[in-house]
Amino acid sequence: MLQTLSLQRLHVGPIDLEAAAGTCVAIEGRSGSGKSVLLRMIADLDPHAGDAALDGELCSRMPAPRWRQRVSYVAAATGWWHDTVAPHFADLEGLRVLLPRVGLPAEAAGWEVARLSTGERQRIALLRALTPACRVLLLDEPTSGLDAESTAQVEGLLHGELARGTIIVMVTHDPGQAGRLASQRYLLADGRLHENML
Amino acid sequence: MTQQLSTAQLAATALLVLLAAGLSLLLELRIARPLLVAAARTVVQLLLVGMVLQSLFAQEASWLTLLVMTLMLGAAAHETQSRQQRRFAGAWSIALAGLPVAMASILVTSVALATLQPARLLSPLVAIPLFGIVLGNAMSAASVTLNTFTTTLLRERASVEARLALGATRHVALGAVRRDAARNGMIPIVNQMAAAGVITLPGMMTGQILAGMAPVDAAKYQILVLFLLAGASALAVAATTYAAAWRATDARHRLRLDRLRGA
Repeated sequence: MLQTLSLQRLHVGPIDLEAAAGTCVAIEGRSGSGKSVLLRMIADLDPHAGDAALDGELCSRMPAPRWRQRVSYVAAATGWWHDTVAPHFADLEGLRVLLPRVGLPAEAAGWEVARLSTGERQRIALLRALTPACRVLLLDEPTSGLDAESTAQVEGLLHGELARGTIIVMVTHDPGQAGRLASQRYLLADGRLHENML
Repeated sequence: MTQQLSTAQLAATALLVLLAAGLSLLLELRIARPLLVAAARTVVQLLLVGMVLQSLFAQEASWLTLLVMTLMLGAAAHETQSRQQRRFAGAWSIALAGLPVAMASILVTSVALATLQPARLLSPLVAIPLFGIVLGNAMSAASVTLNTFTTTLLRERASVEARLALGATRHVALGAVRRDAARNGMIPIVNQMAAAGVITLPGMMTGQILAGMAPVDAAKYQILVLFLLAGASALAVAATTYAAAWRATDARHRLRLDRLRGA
């Protein structure tokens, strides 16, 4: 179970959230309402007040890299540190299996990052976060650049992750997506989470 | 042996600078003003330093040597800091610019003095020119390194953050940025050593030969000086990348670009 304990930064918070294993929390809200700030706080990527816990283990009590191997943030703007796709992955076999599941050919492993489209980057960056250690995915608009078919494929992949017990906290502008994936839906406004049961 | 330059001889070479400024005006390169200001500074600063050194050499006082060195360190820190496009906020700006340079120059000058063993260790005649050339090179290397580090970090921000977000330590996440910065900082001295004697005659060796020293003796001194400069550059570069990486992140392995001014 993932818990946030009065997370607070800038105009956001205090935020208390709970998500059980294998469930998805969707967070909607207007641009600038602090949705990304919240995800980054859970990943401990910015200085903040409060804490987070995974199965009772506090983030502040373990080295930050170990926390982020378990609780991984996938930003809306992707970042790359090698010229081609494959070196970003530890498990190349796994990559070749996963690529077709998000509508990309297995050869995409050899593609140059500079020539990828926004949608291709977005999907590959998501696959990159699916490591054996990862228990919580913090997804910042994971399908914002995708067409309906690719979006459905990514959602299928995420359903598979949920079935394996992964917890997902996602920011989305797509109410339909929130409805399809999430068991808890919130609206972030004025720095607070409001239950969103549309 | 030593021959003195006349004012007329100096003035003749100054014509070259004026010519360059004229050319800049003609081609609208807009470097005439900075070029003339820099040339004027060279004249005033070097003549002043010459006079100061002459009176220092007459005094032979160790405490004066140390005082002058301290002033030089302060000037180097200020110069390194003012060459930065992006600076760290607050007093860190001057500390990150100055401390690696100070450490590298003091260490390397100490090694040099221990090796050369002048009659008196802190005799200004040896210590100050040595410290000056070491300090100047350490300063250039450090300021290029720091500048490359901050500009690369801002450009590669998404890549560094993506690595941190997947659980990389700050050491790993900043590795590429640190290597880029270090390489840029070391390029001048590496090129200088590789080209020495083949493409260029180093300024110091040229000066000594013009002043009457035997070329092989001048070469030996030049080699010694280049090795000192390489050591000082490497130390300054290593310390700068380490300190900058440390300040650009925090103990929770977060990227802290908020500590960079104007970022």
